[in-house]
Amino acid sequence: MIELSEVRKVFNQGKPNEFCAIRGISLRIEAHEITVLKGPSGSGKTTLLSLIGCLARPSSGRITLNGRALSGLPERFLTDVRRRTFGFVFQHFNLIKGLTVLENVMLPAYPAGPEWSALRRQAQQLLERFGIGAKAGYKVEWLSGGEAQRVAICRALINDPEVLIADEPTANLDTKLSREFMEIVRMLKEQGKTVILTSHDPVVFAAPVVDRLIEVRDGLIAGGA
Amino acid sequence: MLTFIRRQKYLIDYTLSSLLRRKTKNLGLLLVYTLIVFLLASVMLYTHALQREAGIILAESPELIVQRMVAGRHDLVPAEYLEALRGIRGVRAAQGRLWGYYYDPVVKANYTLLVPADRALQRGEIVVGAGVARTHNMGRGDYLTLRAADGKAMPLRVADVLHHESELVSADLILLGEADYREFFRIDAGLYTDLALQVRNPREVRTIAEKVTRLFPDTRPILREEILRTYDSIFNWRQGIVVVLLSGAILAFAIFAWDKASGLSAEEKREIGILKAIGWETSDVIRMKFWEGAVISLSAFLGGYLLAYLHVFYGAAMLFEPVLKGWAVLYPAFRPVPFIDGLQVATLFFLTVFPYTAATIVPVWRAAIMDPDAVMR
Repeated sequence: MIELSEVRKVFNQGKPNEFCAIRGISLRIEAHEITVLKGPSGSGKTTLLSLIGCLARPSSGRITLNGRALSGLPERFLTDVRRRTFGFVFQHFNLIKGLTVLENVMLPAYPAGPEWSALRRQAQQLLERFGIGAKAGYKVEWLSGGEAQRVAICRALINDPEVLIADEPTANLDTKLSREFMEIVRMLKEQGKTVILTSHDPVVFAAPVVDRLIEVRDGLIAGGA
Repeated sequence: MLTFIRRQKYLIDYTLSSLLRRKTKNLGLLLVYTLIVFLLASVMLYTHALQREAGIILAESPELIVQRMVAGRHDLVPAEYLEALRGIRGVRAAQGRLWGYYYDPVVKANYTLLVPADRALQRGEIVVGAGVARTHNMGRGDYLTLRAADGKAMPLRVADVLHHESELVSADLILLGEADYREFFRIDAGLYTDLALQVRNPREVRTIAEKVTRLFPDTRPILREEILRTYDSIFNWRQGIVVVLLSGAILAFAIFAWDKASGLSAEEKREIGILKAIGWETSDVIRMKFWEGAVISLSAFLGGYLLAYLHVFYGAAMLFEPVLKGWAVLYPAFRPVPFIDGLQVATLFFLTVFPYTAATIVPVWRAAIMDPDAVMR
């Protein structure tokens, strides 16, 4: 369970271009549920997702994960929490070009130093599960949008995280692929994962599998919290 | 421990694949870097080899040479000086030396004619250096005709060709007997070109030199260590000229390397952000980039140094030979004895590998300590 209390995020603090993206949000995200953060562009959804996923620190306020405060942790411990707890699917997938599908999937596990053959086997199994096992040796730049997203999901799941975070996951997909993505999300929920998504795509926020919809507007929660 | 080793293996593996992904950039950098190390190392190795060779040769020369000066010019020394010099306390032996220069207009080269102290030569016989033999394409039994001081041609039979351990000083040498020498240059008996002194205690050389000057104010004593110092200065000066000539290239490389190493491309910054976002620690990213810089600079250093070694010791330093060795018609075939000086290697390493690696780390450190949320945007 993730809890945010009076969280604020200010960019360029003290400078003429100071901008407050999150203006005091308190929120509780339950485990094993699918939560969607909905809102227009510039509403602060992505910033909020970054704060929840330990990609950024709040300017003020407190974030806890299963009762453990995260906001004050030193960078090293925060990275460790991020690696073990969260898996990320970015809007543009952010796969590393020039590497193969398999190498991209294995990448988040490198700092933990697992046995290579076991890691490779695990990555291959994940790719098989998402129907792209045959493309393990392909360079990622050769993949279609849907395939690239599935690789990004496999990469997010390689460390077996509790929480999967996806930012605008269907922004670069057509309706058919978007529905396929939501089917994957449903599967992950069944496996007990917590899924947090941002989207303004009705295919995502109106999907029956979604447990909770939170509307974000101007850095504040407009509804659903 | 096993996990730590595996982690390093993953990092190195990723580093190598990262280098291969930017093949063109890294290969270009490696080539230019190797070339610079090669040029610098060649100059250093060759100059050092020349200095060392000069040291080896001079080790056998007398500790003190006494020349007579007339009107500020080097003049012949009367044999009477020898007896007086032998009387100075601390002088073990004193010999008169006979030597001179001869310009050969046929091949436009200068020879050094010398009467050897340790070798008796028959009348009309000479021993020539390898350079002289090469220039005239002659060997044992052939005749070399030189024009004596009185204008008469003097045919001399080659009894032997010198195979000195260092051709540097023997290339232009012609050894001949005392009688031939005196006849050739028309120098009377009882006169020498200069005098060579050997001393009992090498630490007393300076004191003996002072005594010589007091005894014969018209003489100039030359110490072996002074000759060595002059050789060092000459070679250092020549090394300096080459380094100045190369400085343009070095500066261009420094700017090129600094630009490549210190500026991260948008693609590289994005990659650092992704790696951090998916769970890599700042130290992992820095270590990975450190390995990247280290692989390039170490490969360039080893490659450049190895090429320079081959160039200097097996290719006779063909690129720098004329500048570093001096200008001459009779080029000695100089093959220096392969030698590596630890301090020299360390200096070159410090001047090339260290700045490059440091230049790569600073911008990576700056990029890696930022929050990874930039990749979300």
